[in-house]
Amino acid sequence: MRLLEHQSKDLLSGFGLSFTQSIVVDSAEAARAAVEGLAGPAVLKAQVPFGGRGKAGAVLFVEDEHGAEEAAAQLIGKEIRGVKIETISVEPRLTFERELYLGITWDTSAKMPVALLSAAGGVEVESAHGSMARRTFDPNYGLRAYEGREMAAEIGLSGKVLIGVGHSLEKLSQAFLALDAITAEINPLVVTEGSTLIGLDAHLEIDDDAAYRQQTRLAPLGEIVSTSAGRPPTPLEIEAQRIDALDHRGVAGRVVEFDGDLGLLIGGGGASLTVFDAIQRHGGNPANYCEVGGNPTEEKVAALTQLLLSKPGVRKLAVIMNVVNNTRADVMARGVLDGVRAAGLNPAEAISVFRIPGSWEQEARDLLAAAGVEALGREVSLDACAKLAVERMSIHAA
Amino acid sequence: MLLDPGAGILVQGITGREAAAMVEDMLAYAAESGGSRIVAGVTPGKGGQQVHGVPVFDTVAEAVAQHNPTVSVVSVPAPAVLDAALEAIAHGIKLCLIMTERVPRLDTSRVLSAARGAGCTVIGPNTLGLIRPGIAKLGTIGGRVDNVRRSFAPGRVAVLSRSGGMTTEIASFLTSHGIGQSIAVGVGGDPIVGADFTDLIDLLEEDAATDAVVIYGEPGGTAEERLSERLQKKPSRLRINAFLSGRFVDDLEGVRFGHAAVMVEGGRGSVRGKTAALREAGVFVADAFDDILEGLPA
Repeated sequence: MRLLEHQSKDLLSGFGLSFTQSIVVDSAEAARAAVEGLAGPAVLKAQVPFGGRGKAGAVLFVEDEHGAEEAAAQLIGKEIRGVKIETISVEPRLTFERELYLGITWDTSAKMPVALLSAAGGVEVESAHGSMARRTFDPNYGLRAYEGREMAAEIGLSGKVLIGVGHSLEKLSQAFLALDAITAEINPLVVTEGSTLIGLDAHLEIDDDAAYRQQTRLAPLGEIVSTSAGRPPTPLEIEAQRIDALDHRGVAGRVVEFDGDLGLLIGGGGASLTVFDAIQRHGGNPANYCEVGGNPTEEKVAALTQLLLSKPGVRKLAVIMNVVNNTRADVMARGVLDGVRAAGLNPAEAISVFRIPGSWEQEARDLLAAAGVEALGREVSLDACAKLAVERMSIHAA
Repeated sequence: MLLDPGAGILVQGITGREAAAMVEDMLAYAAESGGSRIVAGVTPGKGGQQVHGVPVFDTVAEAVAQHNPTVSVVSVPAPAVLDAALEAIAHGIKLCLIMTERVPRLDTSRVLSAARGAGCTVIGPNTLGLIRPGIAKLGTIGGRVDNVRRSFAPGRVAVLSRSGGMTTEIASFLTSHGIGQSIAVGVGGDPIVGADFTDLIDLLEEDAATDAVVIYGEPGGTAEERLSERLQKKPSRLRINAFLSGRFVDDLEGVRFGHAAVMVEGGRGSVRGKTAALREAGVFVADAFDDILEGLPA
């Protein structure tokens, strides 16, 4: 899950890292009052869970409280990338000598955390890989301060700044490990007059799979706005999540909505990706992506089937899985048949293909035959099955 | 080679519901093939019990002292994986397969750090397991023994896959075309896993029983890119065919699909990029799934 800027700064401050003062407000009046209190030029930043805010017009610079009120009114309630701005952070504008980028993330090739340091901080850091120092470190100990100083020397830093950056990287690595972070960034970390280091912006993403042990740290932050960097979920996707959560056994959800006419009930994870590609390659238009696997209950499968068939414009459902290992084909067949009937449709017409070879295949075959649906076996490959599903759309449309 | 036919297997978390079903299938396959078998299980606090005739111990130390397993299958809840895997590594287990899903990334990284120091090969997390057809299987791969027999056949092609389900699908497809497998490994669906394509190809390079490899890749992570770099530096004697799914994910930056690793971010991890890198390194990348048979020895 990706945290908001002010939440990230709150957490990182607990590890001895320094940031500019931040006053979080949700109205133009409160923004005005905040800038009055600061008695100087300020910056107003929308609290939204993704980067590139400056380019999206969600960071505004103001000279005084009048400007602040106007800018805040402009920002609050506005939508960027599908997310409504609810709160903004009001911060004093600092003068500084230079900007640095500090980041820690996972190196999936080395399979270790990696610290990054760039002399080109600010918004252009992604295009400045040339002057980037990087070093993987032991996930048990974190990055040592001396390693941070070596990185600082590598990008040409010296004196008090070199020492300060070494300490900052050590603390950021400690925070990264303690918080189960996927990414921890301070960008920019600015060098002010007198070589003091202070963070202007921070970004934390926490491992969803470790959320269970971060509750005491995350709970005080209030609502976590979004877990995905993509668009916000559609009502159909939210309903699919609810269905999947009905029972912990197996997965029957992870729906992503598309605007086609062929509903897909597909799985497991890899086969879902394979089938979706194949449907498109054969000229079909999927209404959704989804994933089924791990032997979900009949009830979950039925509810998901009904949901996918209820989407306006969906004419048929293709049920395709890889040769199943632990999912039972007969349980899937019962769930699908129940869901189709609950949607008020005839299985023989609504199911374009049904292919779930493997465990309990014969039992599934018999159930489907009784409903007038022919089950396909492993001799029809995933690709051939996708092609058949697409062909059957046009036959019946004609 | 992974999973020596004579190796004794330990199951950690053996008294769990899913583990018990897995043990039954593994025992049935071992009885048929005569290969590596489960010699002991561990569940702290349940020492003295039996699961399908397999003795259960409180600690790995006791299980090792009495039955000398060198392979462990870890099937414990995600919060217990780090502890269980470190216990296995500390007592000399040389192949540790972690089936559990949703293991925190930090824990995986700590397990791998300990495993590197001890010379232990880790497969997973988030894997259905591996199989050497006709010899032995680890994990739930293939499911019931009748399905395993239909899907996998002994032969000279290795299958390496980031998806457990696709491991069986590919093997079954090869089997139905008369092509047997020397080994099939689900490497795990997480962004960070133990042995990846590169590590396994390094092992297979030395395996006289393997002539070719079929790889199944997905968007996200760097496993395919890492393999391409390795092949550019040191070409392989093995025929390598790859199939990559999730082409549509390339156009959906930041949206997560299924396996935790499957996401294209900041232009990285795209199927387009992986395909180009693998082709540059001399790998045959199939456009359609059915083309994975191209040039494989029967």
